[in-house]
Amino acid sequence: MLIIGELINGMFKDIGKAINDRDKKVIQKIAQDQVASGAGMLDVNTGPYEKNPKDAMKWLVDTIQEVCEAPLVLDSTKADVIEEGLKIARKKAMINSTNSDDSRLDLLVPMAKKYKASLIGLTMGKTGIPRDKDERMEHAAKIVTKCQEAGFDLNELYLDPIVLPINVAQAQGTEVLESIKEFKLLCEPQPKTVVGLSNASQGTKNRPLINRIYLVMAIANGLSAAILDPLDKGLVDAAITAELILNKNIYCDSFLEAYRKK
Amino acid sequence: MEMLKENWTGKINEVTIGATKEEGGTRSSKVTVGGENTLPYLFKEGAMPNSPVIAMEILDTEPTDWPETLKKPFADVLKDPVKWAVKCQDACNASIICVKLQGTHPDFGNKSASEAGKLVENILKAVKVPLIILGSGDDDKDNVVLAKVSQVAKDERCLLGDVTEKNYKTLTASCLADGHNIISESPIDVNIAKQANILINEMGFPLDRIVMNPTIGALGYGIEYAYSVMERARNAALIGDKMLSMPFICFVGQEAWRAKEAKSTSAEHPEWGEEYSRGVSWEIETAVSVLMAGADILVMRHPKAVEETRKYIDKLMQKK
Repeated sequence: MLIIGELINGMFKDIGKAINDRDKKVIQKIAQDQVASGAGMLDVNTGPYEKNPKDAMKWLVDTIQEVCEAPLVLDSTKADVIEEGLKIARKKAMINSTNSDDSRLDLLVPMAKKYKASLIGLTMGKTGIPRDKDERMEHAAKIVTKCQEAGFDLNELYLDPIVLPINVAQAQGTEVLESIKEFKLLCEPQPKTVVGLSNASQGTKNRPLINRIYLVMAIANGLSAAILDPLDKGLVDAAITAELILNKNIYCDSFLEAYRKK
Repeated sequence: MEMLKENWTGKINEVTIGATKEEGGTRSSKVTVGGENTLPYLFKEGAMPNSPVIAMEILDTEPTDWPETLKKPFADVLKDPVKWAVKCQDACNASIICVKLQGTHPDFGNKSASEAGKLVENILKAVKVPLIILGSGDDDKDNVVLAKVSQVAKDERCLLGDVTEKNYKTLTASCLADGHNIISESPIDVNIAKQANILINEMGFPLDRIVMNPTIGALGYGIEYAYSVMERARNAALIGDKMLSMPFICFVGQEAWRAKEAKSTSAEHPEWGEEYSRGVSWEIETAVSVLMAGADILVMRHPKAVEETRKYIDKLMQKK
């Protein structure tokens, strides 16, 4: 499973401050720490309060790429901010994200194609958060169709079933898990799946435990990628072990270290 | 009809054995193995930039258990490892010589580390092709002997072995200090193979200087089992398992000539046919099987088996 490190986000106080002060060291350290802990890609988000997000995105991407080989996930609600990152990304990037709205799809699918980037498609639209699996499937089908029409490689599409906090939307857990499995039936090649994991435990007690079990259950349902905190060692260990049990990697006594050396 | 192709994302490491004068060694040639990004010989799916190679095996002591068929071609040199090495290089065109320091084993002559060092020094002077150097298999003695040999051959970029999951620290440190490659051995077990590689790597030893000895059985002695372990490791490597992305070395000669079908005389088993071609065929068949499983270096013994296997490899590689 692809681990996408979530920690470079201006929403976090220390990162927001580092972006504001243009303090490279803070950003570079968190980038390197995440990769060393098992992240295969790094999410980059300037945060909601940034006055000049395009400049901030450009600076973040440059700063990370100075020290880090990992490919980047460019995360913004604004397409032009994402494009600013795509222009200078050295490795194959990922766009985070489109949803099923035509206005977003018409902008971001061609952009992903142009820059040869992967694309995250949130299975939601103008009407807001999906209520159940069926609504998620409808949004997913629309995104897949748009991608097919545009000639976008479905191997590069990551559908996000929208993980919701367990304390406010408890019934959504099974809907999400079943969606992960059923998205794959939509087309050939099968679309990949991704979740923003930390949302599951938002506002709960014992967040690490909830994140960990949620992730393992999602992996068992065939999850391809997750945006999460890779510095939570127990969480990454759980993911590695889940994949081991699914026979995705060959066992050795040091299997946790072996995975992190990938 | 469209051909279904596997899209592999991984690649086997390239390992270079032997260092030329420009690189600080004294070899006139060097050999690079590995680098493939497809299952063996599937040239439509990927590339095999380096052909599998054959190393010829010599011993530091006159072999006691070799059958006549195997002794005959080397009858004039069996008592002199240096001449034996030269004969393999000049008469059999061996691109690598594999020196097994069998005589250092406490039960088979107990030669000292300095004797072994002197021999390796003399072989390095006498032949120009790269060397593989093996201990006797006695862990304690190997740790002394191979440390010495590693120093003597410093900067020649030899391939030294074997290290195992239980005994790897001393030789890994020596090879790291003296610029050699290393062989990691596992007992036909993909889990232990991976573990051995990770332990070596954790000492700071680069992954692209490790060659894996998966251990094989000869034809009729579990070769299918060895084949499937190699296949499993190679499949994992090609989807990105860095801890299994090493070239394979297979000790074909050792295993094949241990089989009674290879070494029995015609007098002992008249129903099995004439002994020369039977023994040689046994080594060739064993070699061909492990080539199909992805072997990169074959260590072989009989000149005729070497010659025929080389022809076979050349044919396989023509399909490029």
